[in-house]
Amino acid sequence: MTSSTIKSHISIKDLNMHYGKNHALKNISINIPDKKLTAIIGPSGCGKTTLLKTFNRLIENVDGTNITGEVLVDGENIYGKNADVTNIRKKMGLLNQRPTPLPMSIYDNIAFGMSIHGIKQKGVLNEKVEHFLRVASLWDEVKDRLHSPAARLSIGQQQRLCLARGLAVEPEIILGDEPTSALDPISTKHIEQKFVELKEQYTIVMVTHILRQARRIADYVIFMYLGEIIEHGPTEMVLGNPQHQLTKDYVGGAIS
Amino acid sequence: MKKRKIEELIFNIIMRVSAFIIFGSLIAISATILIKGVPAMNLDMITKTPSGGFFLGKEGGILNAIIGSFYLSVGATIFALMICIPVVIYINVYASENSKIVHYTRLSLDILYGIPSIVFGAFGFVLMLFLGMHVSLLAGMITVGLLIIPIIARTMDEVMRQVPVELKEASYSLGATKWETASKVLLKQALPGLATASLLGLGRAIGDAASVMFTTGFTDNIPHSLQDPAATLPLAIFFQLSSPIAEVRDRAYAAALILTVIIFAISLISRILIKRFSKNTL
Repeated sequence: MTSSTIKSHISIKDLNMHYGKNHALKNISINIPDKKLTAIIGPSGCGKTTLLKTFNRLIENVDGTNITGEVLVDGENIYGKNADVTNIRKKMGLLNQRPTPLPMSIYDNIAFGMSIHGIKQKGVLNEKVEHFLRVASLWDEVKDRLHSPAARLSIGQQQRLCLARGLAVEPEIILGDEPTSALDPISTKHIEQKFVELKEQYTIVMVTHILRQARRIADYVIFMYLGEIIEHGPTEMVLGNPQHQLTKDYVGGAIS
Repeated sequence: MKKRKIEELIFNIIMRVSAFIIFGSLIAISATILIKGVPAMNLDMITKTPSGGFFLGKEGGILNAIIGSFYLSVGATIFALMICIPVVIYINVYASENSKIVHYTRLSLDILYGIPSIVFGAFGFVLMLFLGMHVSLLAGMITVGLLIIPIIARTMDEVMRQVPVELKEASYSLGATKWETASKVLLKQALPGLATASLLGLGRAIGDAASVMFTTGFTDNIPHSLQDPAATLPLAIFFQLSSPIAEVRDRAYAAALILTVIIFAISLISRILIKRFSKNTL
């Protein structure tokens, strides 16, 4: 993705993050391509999730973190002095490892994000709730119980609800932190299919520890090890013909 | 081998006996109050204020104390909540986890929690004189409010700390501000626990005698303003129990029965509320 022909959506320049004395992210410089699916892979504790959470500044809620460097989204440094953190986050939908429905009804889960950003008219909300539930392929399953608690949905449905909720604030980027790790195979397939469809319109960055998943759906792969980016590039290159010894070991199963 | 089995048996017995003591003391207390209180109980007790000779064993009731306790405990709980909710939101959402202010707030709450209510009463008395107030419902509300702040705040803090951090992140990632996250997501998630905390405080407020003795006073009348002194059930029990007249002492048990029924009702209501509030939570 260093190729200049690919338009980048997120540009990271000399990003370093210290967590207490721990140097968690080391000199990260990379461009995340626009409207592609990029997977961040690597062994546990290598900084995958940490890197992902620097994109929407959630990482700064963790105590004792110190971040230097730049993360440019649409050319604007999100760590700049004038950056508005709620606007930055609105640009990115987040899917967590475990689905986290808000403690309210299915309908309100989707409407919450829109209403805090100023959409209040009932008609518009109804329309958009339906639209985004359809986008997440959840509408047919929940249309008769929109006002029942979201917590009563199955885990797989909850994750699709979270996807719909994230899309409802009309972001440009979707961040996934191992979004299928808590799901059964069928729900996993649902989410993977959605991601493949959605990358036509959104830039997707997803942390995964499942290599086969990266092979199945990612266009680009970033391999991290101990807080550093070891290798990155198109999926078939990194996973098919890794250059670095660590990548070879990881892809070959010698380290995990 | 044998030794381990005996060990198992001994501890099993100890644990069962302990459980029985808990259950048994509830039964014993309830039985005492019922046996002694029911005969002295009558409609006048809960519908009338004491008439002239009430404390000599003549007619009248303790409506003054029932109403006084109700006003006092509700007022004190509202006052306490006005302080507890912002504090709990601040230390759980706004301040960073390891900051000094969070540490010292929690430490202060722990220490305040351990201070006996008579000390709160003495402090309330000094505060009352300092502010130029008289023994009154308002002075009582403030004193009892201070007494229950650590109870409510600590319980609420525990509840808020158990809200999963992912839920906070989910709200933030939609572009919600801290206040929107706190008020529309976290408080909703924590609502059953927050309700429990408030009712715990209310229960404590209605049952405490030491903190109200010098601040709320005692009167045979129903209070009509915050400046009036007010009777409370724990003090009604206390004064009647210290009477030399047997009939009056018996009525102390009737008053205790009333107080117990109220507290029982509060905990029953809290259980129902918790069930209702839990509907939407994870």
